Amino acid sequence: MELIGQGLVQALRLLLSGDAEVWQVTWLSLGISATATLLSLAVGIPLGTLVALTRFPGRGFVVSLINTGMGLPPVVVGLFVTIVLWRNGLLGMLELLYTPSAMILAQLVIAAPVITGLTLAAIQQVPEKFRLQLLALGASRAQMVWTLLKEARLPMLAAVMAGFGAVISEVGASLMVGGNIKGSTRVLTTATVLETSKGNFDAAIALSLILLVLMFLVNWGLTWIQQGRRA
Amino acid sequence: MRLLLTVLALIGCAIPSWAQSSAVILSTTTSTQDSGLLDVLVPMFEKKTGMTVKTISVGTGQALALAARGEADVALVHAPSVERKYVEEGKMQNRRLVMYNDFVIIGPEDDPAKIKGMPKAVDALKRIAETQSRFVSRGDKSGTHVLELGLWKQAGVEPRGAWYIESGQGMGQTLGIANDRRAYTITDRATFLAFQKRISLPILVEKDKPLLNIYSVMEINPANGPRVNAAGGKAFADFMLAPETQAVIRTFGADKFGQALFVPIAGKTDADFQ
Repeated sequence: MELIGQGLVQALRLLLSGDAEVWQVTWLSLGISATATLLSLAVGIPLGTLVALTRFPGRGFVVSLINTGMGLPPVVVGLFVTIVLWRNGLLGMLELLYTPSAMILAQLVIAAPVITGLTLAAIQQVPEKFRLQLLALGASRAQMVWTLLKEARLPMLAAVMAGFGAVISEVGASLMVGGNIKGSTRVLTTATVLETSKGNFDAAIALSLILLVLMFLVNWGLTWIQQGRRA
Repeated sequence: MRLLLTVLALIGCAIPSWAQSSAVILSTTTSTQDSGLLDVLVPMFEKKTGMTVKTISVGTGQALALAARGEADVALVHAPSVERKYVEEGKMQNRRLVMYNDFVIIGPEDDPAKIKGMPKAVDALKRIAETQSRFVSRGDKSGTHVLELGLWKQAGVEPRGAWYIESGQGMGQTLGIANDRRAYTITDRATFLAFQKRISLPILVEKDKPLLNIYSVMEINPANGPRVNAAGGKAFADFMLAPETQAVIRTFGADKFGQALFVPIAGKTDADFQ
C-alpha cells in the first residue's frame, strides 16, 4: 500500500515537474493509439455497415470471424506483424519495424475488428422497418446509411472507446513491433514493463497511474460528446 | 465529432519521426538495458557518429537468433558458448570481448541446502539438487539461463521435479519469484544490486571462475539478410571497445550502487579467462 502511495506522489512529481521523458512517452502513447483508432474507424465503420446491411452466402461465417477478431490476442498480432515487417519479411523493404508506424499498424489490426464488430451490432439494432421507411420516404441509399449511422451514434461512440481502450492499454504487440526504444517507441505500457523489470516499482506505478488518468480523460471527452449531443 | 477529429489529428502530427531508416539495430540482452548502461552509452555513440541506434533488448537467445536472421546489425550479448557456435557457423563475425561482471548464487537465509560459502558453484548446485531445495531458473535461453544449464551439466544433474521452477521471465521478475518462494537462484550481480532493497535473499556463493559473466560484441555477417547495415554495426562494435567508452564502463553504476557494475576488458580474449 505504501508503495502505491509513493507511486502516486512520484506520478504527480513527474508530471508537475515537466519531466520531458514522461511527457514524451505519454504523448507518444496517445498519438499512436489515437492514430490507430482513427484508422480503425476508417476501416471498421464502412466494413461493419456493409456487413450489417447486406445479405450474402457465408455471412454468418464472416460475422463470426469479425467477432473472433474482437478478441485477437495482442501478442499474436505482435508476432505476425513482426514477422511481416522483418527485413526478410513480406514488407521488409519498408523498414518499418521498431518504429511508431509499426506500432500503429499492429494496433490497427487489434482495434479494427473491435470497431467493425461493434459498428455491425450498432447498425443492426436499428429496426429494419426504420430503414424501409427511410427508403419509402425517398431517401437515397447514401442518405439512408448516413441516417442510420447518426441513429447508431451512441453505440458507435462506445465502439470508439472500446477500440481506443484496447490499443492504448495493450503491451504485447507494442513491445514486439516497437522494441520499446527510448525516445522513439517507448509508450506508457512498455515503459511500465521496463521499469518493473528494473525494479523501479514506484516509477512503474507512476506510469500506470498516468495511463489510467489519460484513459479516463479521453473517455470523459468521448462520453461528453456521446451524452452531451443527446441531451 | 469534428472537434474530436481535429484534436486527434493534431496529436498525430506531434509524433516525431514516423520511420527513420538506416539506423543501427543493436540486438542485446536485458541486463545491459535494465542496468541503465545503454542509456549512457547509446547517446554517446549517437552524438559521436550521427547515427541512430535502435536497441532491441531481449534475452541472449533471442538476440542472437534475430541477429542470425539479419534482423539486427550488431549484437552485445553474454553467452560465450552459444556465441562461439554462431561465429563458427559464419552467422556472426569479429567477436570481441567488451566487459564482464559476475553471477552469484543467492538463496534463503536459513540455507536448507547448506551451500553458504562453498567455493565451487557446481558443488553448490549439486547440493541443491540432492536436497531437492527449491530453485528458480530463468528458463528462457537467456545468457543467465545458458550459464545455469552449463553448470547443471557439469554437476551431472538433470534439473527436473517440483523443486525446479522455471519462470520464463526476465531476471527482475525471476528474483521476485525466488524471493517469494524462498528459493535459490542464479543472478547477475548488476540486477541483484538493483533489486537488493526488495529481496531478502543473501549471496551464498560467489567469485568462482565459472560464474564470470562475459559480454562480447559481434558484427553480423551481411550475408544473413538483404538489409544488414554492416558499416553501422561495425561502428557500434568499435565504439564499445574505444578507450573512452571503456572508461565510462569502468565507473558505471558506482554512484548508484556503491560499486561499478562492469569491468571493461577490451583487448582480452577467452584464453585470459580460462
